[in-house]
Amino acid sequence: MSSPNLDVRDVARLARIELTEEEATTFQSQLGRVLEYVEQLKTLDVSNVEPTAHANPVFNVLREDVSHPGLTREAALANAPHSANNLVVVTKVIE
Amino acid sequence: MSELTDLSISELQAGFRRGDFTPADALRALESRIAAVDPSIDAYLSRDFETALAAAEKSDINLPLGGVPIGIKDAINVLGESCTCSSKMLAGFKSPYDATVIAKLRTAGAIPYGRLNMDEFAMGSSTENSAYKKTRNPWDTTRIPGGSSGGSAASVAAREAFATLGSDTGGSIRQPAALCGVVGLKPSYGRVSRYGLVAFASSLDQIGPIARTTRDCASLLNVISGKDSHDSTSLDLPAEDFTAKLGGDLKGVKLGVPKEYFVDGMNPSVRSQVEAAIQRCKELGAEIIEVSLPHTSYAVGVYYIIATAEASANLARFDGVRYGHRAKNPRDLLDHYMRSREEGFGSEVKRRIILGTYVLSSGYYDAYYLRAQKVRTLIRQDFTNAFEKVDALICPTSPDAAFKIGERVDDPLRMYLADIFTIATNLAGICGISVPCGFVEEGGSKLPVGLQFLGKALDETRLLGIADAYETASGFSSQRPPNL
Repeated sequence: MSSPNLDVRDVARLARIELTEEEATTFQSQLGRVLEYVEQLKTLDVSNVEPTAHANPVFNVLREDVSHPGLTREAALANAPHSANNLVVVTKVIE
Repeated sequence: MSELTDLSISELQAGFRRGDFTPADALRALESRIAAVDPSIDAYLSRDFETALAAAEKSDINLPLGGVPIGIKDAINVLGESCTCSSKMLAGFKSPYDATVIAKLRTAGAIPYGRLNMDEFAMGSSTENSAYKKTRNPWDTTRIPGGSSGGSAASVAAREAFATLGSDTGGSIRQPAALCGVVGLKPSYGRVSRYGLVAFASSLDQIGPIARTTRDCASLLNVISGKDSHDSTSLDLPAEDFTAKLGGDLKGVKLGVPKEYFVDGMNPSVRSQVEAAIQRCKELGAEIIEVSLPHTSYAVGVYYIIATAEASANLARFDGVRYGHRAKNPRDLLDHYMRSREEGFGSEVKRRIILGTYVLSSGYYDAYYLRAQKVRTLIRQDFTNAFEKVDALICPTSPDAAFKIGERVDDPLRMYLADIFTIATNLAGICGISVPCGFVEEGGSKLPVGLQFLGKALDETRLLGIADAYETASGFSSQRPPNL
């Protein structure tokens, strides 16, 4: 069974990745084959099975609501591709 | 005396303590070895010799790993060093902090030394997905070292690292260890803090050691394991000495052979080496019991849904704002995101983000992601049932020996199927180790084969004892690649 519903360009846009023509064509066929392979999961009856999100489920890990030392402003900005006045510069959001 | 760089960590430390040589001598010897062999292996992305030498000169050899240099996979943050995950996305990134495992190594006196090549963001099984270089297998330099921790395994095999840290999401420590003829341990989920490991699939990732002996892996696990307030999934467990059962034997040990791990299509020479190793364990006193893990054939499918789903969320952080590659002159914010990610990520990473986005998307979530999580439950139960009958499982690490560089790059599905024997371990959260168990001849080359032992969650002490007993009796771990 193929997965005709996978439109690589559409999903890539959701994932915020621009694709070249060549990438779109290649990924469409490669991922189609991967999805075809995972179709085998549909042969199992899982109606009474609980899902596993984590191998060792741990719940509600809490700590005291107190501040801890973090990165200095200088260290936090050191890897920013564009910064000015001790701030990260972002691409304009509002027209 | 053999070459200094041939020594295991425990031999190296014995030499320090006898006064035969110093940590600075060891580091200099290591650096000359790297300079001599790395041009043909390409395991290292970068090294900072002066900083490491300064640390070696003032190291305290009485600490648990005092003066021992440890190579680090390029996905683990070391303060002030580059951490690219072998991606153009993180070119030029300098870590602003130490990962918890690095802080623990330093406290134990070890010296993090060198950044090791990997598949980009740990996505791959051959290290061919690195944006920077192709690491070659020390046993045959026309072949891949395995992956994703290919640099970590190849450097240990080539005697250009004493031991290294890697990370294992679906086999990324054990498979390259097997293909390079060294020992690699994936600890149980929650055993080692993931803080400072660049996240790929958070419910599957674990950091672990690669070394020449099981003993060295146990010593490293003693140092890097433990509860960490920076990783809420790390477990708070009583202190344990993972070397406690080393030096024992296999008398009375029950080893389960999962029949689903001896499949058609696996390399027959690999299979016969693994079967010979199982026979050897029997001669050493182990009781061999056939067991069944009936959902094994679904593991690769489950993994490529769950791991890509988690990756698509984790890698959303690479937005070209706070760090990472940023496209030039974006038209608007959408263009900024789309081109930054197009330019920064390589093909395999894009492929997996797209697949992960798809399986999580509205209308497909139940059919793919939720169903995969349910089958994950069945895979976990298979292991729980098997461990009621046996102390550990024994099986191949990989269905194949090292393949040729370039052979599988255009066939992602075939590449994914190379992880068939390692993936279920991560889905179940149990521990596993690969030790060398022989060689196969292919195209005139002698290529290592790995034997995998799997233990139930948090049973590393026993698992390491079993692996050590086999390793010591078999003698394969002392073999080194010829011509290097």
